[in-house]
Amino acid sequence: MKSVIDVEAVSFAYGPVPVLSGINLRIEAGEFLGIVGPNAGGKSTLLKLILGLLNPQSGNIRVLGQPTRVASRLLGYVPQYPAFPRDFPITVEQVVLLGRLGVRRSNGLFGGLWPTGLSQEDREAAHQALAEVEVEHVARSRIDHLSGGQLQRVLIARALVGEPRILILDEPTANIDQRMENEIFDLLKMLNERMTILVVSHDIAFISQYVSRVACVNQTLMCHQTGAIHSDTIHDLYGKPVHMITHKH
Amino acid sequence: MTDFIQALTEHAFLQNALIAALLASIGCGVMGTYVVVKRITFIAGGIAHSVLGGMGASLYYGFDPLQGALLTAIMAALLIGWVRLHWSTQEDTLVSALWAIGMAVGLLFIAKTPGYQTDLMSYLFGNILLTSPQSLWFMAGLDALLLLIVIIYRRQFLAVVFDEEFAQLRGIPVNFFYLLLLVLVAVTVVLLIQVVGLILVLALLTLPAAAAAQHVYSLTRIMLIATLLGALLSVSGLALAYGPDLPAGPTIILLAGATYVISAIYKQIT
Repeated sequence: MKSVIDVEAVSFAYGPVPVLSGINLRIEAGEFLGIVGPNAGGKSTLLKLILGLLNPQSGNIRVLGQPTRVASRLLGYVPQYPAFPRDFPITVEQVVLLGRLGVRRSNGLFGGLWPTGLSQEDREAAHQALAEVEVEHVARSRIDHLSGGQLQRVLIARALVGEPRILILDEPTANIDQRMENEIFDLLKMLNERMTILVVSHDIAFISQYVSRVACVNQTLMCHQTGAIHSDTIHDLYGKPVHMITHKH
Repeated sequence: MTDFIQALTEHAFLQNALIAALLASIGCGVMGTYVVVKRITFIAGGIAHSVLGGMGASLYYGFDPLQGALLTAIMAALLIGWVRLHWSTQEDTLVSALWAIGMAVGLLFIAKTPGYQTDLMSYLFGNILLTSPQSLWFMAGLDALLLLIVIIYRRQFLAVVFDEEFAQLRGIPVNFFYLLLLVLVAVTVVLLIQVVGLILVLALLTLPAAAAAQHVYSLTRIMLIATLLGALLSVSGLALAYGPDLPAGPTIILLAGATYVISAIYKQIT
């Protein structure tokens, strides 16, 4: 199977505080990888390194065979918390259309400085992405009028509209209820039929119903097939006793 | 008001003042909107006040103070932008320092400039009635440059002011566009100095856009309403100040402040 993400001996620290040490991870095309681990264990940092938002202090990351900054436009990203104020004067359609930036542009020196307009193709892609996540009816709504679940779907649509090869989500269901969580993961399972998916979650029991492999991150990283995780593994990773988790397959 | 209209038809200096008010409103409406939604009012204040350093130096060395203001404003914008991008933990302290140091440098230059300096109050609080035809051309040029850049890069600016992290992932050079945004704010500050002076510039930059943002929900509409509101406030302030011989700058700002308060109350009760 062809790898789409290769993380080799990567270490990262915020100032003097080490967050990740000697991380190795190979993700193959078509995988649905769950990333779990304790708070401050480095899960979100690992995602940001793969996205090219942070640079590793040592080691190397290649995404789709390219350096991370070059490949970032081929990735779709859904953050844990929106990085924008909810009262920003923008509609759902405009938010999703921002995901079309860079779609038709080359990676040339002046690529990012080239003025970009909106085409009919962009608008159709935005509506198609909204329809796929079942929120097309709120296309003209203000973002501060959306529920938590609707906003999450809009952010997934913004990630999808850029035609990504890999979809990366950081705790996409952290701020929504259980019913909505099932719906979002059912949607991700469907999307996994055409793209590789990485999802950070705190709920290993829940995601094990969906993912094909689990990576446990707590400064170091261990990978498991979802059936292979047992309480001793979790205890080793978290450094303290945790509840036994039963996986459903 | 009749006196003002009568005087407007007779005196070229009043006609220049009216055109200056309208030209300043364009920058105020467009860039004020970005300042309000990006929440960089404090940074805009730092740029505006540090400009006195350049104006004082220009006066001392015999150059046009407005051109000195433009150069200093752009340098201050780039410096503040660099601080924010590379030294963000110290951002507020360093912006405050630049704010005060710029003013201190300007005051020292003005104090040591030979001759009696009647212009100091004009720089601090504006004197729209002294706008020269050359200044009008200068302002029109700045407006044209500003509008051209904003129209060309409107999607990139929207991406950067809305969500810098996502913009970076889409391949937008975020640091470049953030610095360009601050430079355009600096250009707008220079446009507004002629009208209300550098002490009051922050109010005219932000209040019309903030009032507009309470009632319309799109960047383009906020820009449009803020530009029209800025023009209305500037011209009304000019007319109100003319009869009782009040300084126009503070009159315009008081009108802008009252408009914002009324707008906020209206928003609350509806």
